[in-house]
Amino acid sequence: MTAARERRSTIHVSPRLTAATAGRVLRQLRHDHRTIAMLLVLPSLLLGLLYLLWKDVPTLPGQASVFDRVGLTMLGIFPFVVMFLVTSIAMLRERTSGTLERLLTTPLARLDLLLGYGLAFGLAAASQALVTVGIATTVYGLDVTGSIALVVLIAVADAVLGVALGLLASAFARTEFQAVQFMPVIVLPQFFLCGLLVPVDRMDGWLQAISNVLPLTYAVEALQEVGWSATATATMWTDVAVVAGAAVLALALAAATLRRRTS
Amino acid sequence: MDAAITVSGLVVDRGRRRVLHGLGFAVPPGQVTGLLGPSGSGKTTLMRTLVGVQQVRSGEVTVLGEPAGSPGLRARVGYVTQAPSVYADLTVRENARYFASLYGLTSREADAAVADVGLTGAAGQLVNDLSGGQRGRVSLACALVGGPEVLVLDEPTVGLDPVLRVELWELFHALARAGTTLVVSSHVMDEAARCDRLLLLRDGDLLAHSTPAQLRADGRSPDLEEAFLTLVRAREEVAA
Repeated sequence: MTAARERRSTIHVSPRLTAATAGRVLRQLRHDHRTIAMLLVLPSLLLGLLYLLWKDVPTLPGQASVFDRVGLTMLGIFPFVVMFLVTSIAMLRERTSGTLERLLTTPLARLDLLLGYGLAFGLAAASQALVTVGIATTVYGLDVTGSIALVVLIAVADAVLGVALGLLASAFARTEFQAVQFMPVIVLPQFFLCGLLVPVDRMDGWLQAISNVLPLTYAVEALQEVGWSATATATMWTDVAVVAGAAVLALALAAATLRRRTS
Repeated sequence: MDAAITVSGLVVDRGRRRVLHGLGFAVPPGQVTGLLGPSGSGKTTLMRTLVGVQQVRSGEVTVLGEPAGSPGLRARVGYVTQAPSVYADLTVRENARYFASLYGLTSREADAAVADVGLTGAAGQLVNDLSGGQRGRVSLACALVGGPEVLVLDEPTVGLDPVLRVELWELFHALARAGTTLVVSSHVMDEAARCDRLLLLRDGDLLAHSTPAQLRADGRSPDLEEAFLTLVRAREEVAA
């Protein structure tokens, strides 16, 4: 066995194979023009709807307007929801088309595949966030005290979390019908309890306890921190770390569900 | 010369059903071994076992001296599933280049593999826009690209026109002459004549392991299908 062959056959993560896989996923996306258009434009249009909804609602002096508060939060929720859905369907396709089984017979490690998806959709989410944040702050006049770059960073972290949970959820779906129904199961409870509808400290104790273990809560808190503070706060960095940690945990669990040998 | 593949006492269950009942055989290197048998005889399960994606109840499967599915084998064994397993939303070339990159190879090798299966003219087309037979050849190209020492092909010629079928068999024999070990499954007996060796599978049992010439002699017929039937009947008489 040659040294090159030994190196190729290791089961550890390879940056080269991860990048090749991310490139492949992005090329698949590139052929799907409508999906690209929807990814880039849809969140801005929905945000516009919210802007028009609250345009004429008066704001109490010294408080953030409803749109500033909700719009900012939505910048973190859109990428999470969209990437969760896109990834769970993409991974399910990989399973049902036989390409997953084939990939598992090649030198590609399971984590290479998952990280490749994370990288590809993370990049897609970054483009989406740049468009959405750009339009929100210029056209809709969304007021953010902190750095716009931090808003984009948090949006990308949320997207990667969505990707990781989508990869994990797809393991439990046999059909597309099942896969799309994991969206309400995984996403809606997190949305209800994330602190946007009711601030977390005003929830019942047991609801707070649940909210505190759901990663989206931290994503929303991070955005709220950027919303009021001109500089990055320690709380915000902790929140971002929690979101990233949850994404890594979900990826590890997803890797464990990818069985090379099946019955 | 050592066998490329050795199987002994292989038992595989799928659900509660026993699919393979203790198979044992050896596949010589550098030859085309045909895996023949009717639909449902266990061909695909056996091939999945050879590439290490099938859970095995008991028995041993050794490929190129290592247990089937070992990490060290993944760059040395190629597998083409029965249904084309490539990305329908990528072009032929993009599919081949992705699989080439998984083996540490470049677009030059990818383009050569596309040419080997006669798809250079369609290289820029989306797989989605190709015919079923063309898709199957894309799938084959994605396995050829890694230059595997063992190539496991599950019904690679289904739905192909006769000219293409002959061309593919020529390609298989060219690969074998260059040292590749091929295991090719088929449910049509007229392809059996093109193989160097034959494994006849029926209801998860190995009915025969021989050469086309030997099978004709054993089954007392110049027609392989007829010879196969004679063997099946003889086996059933023994069992009765």
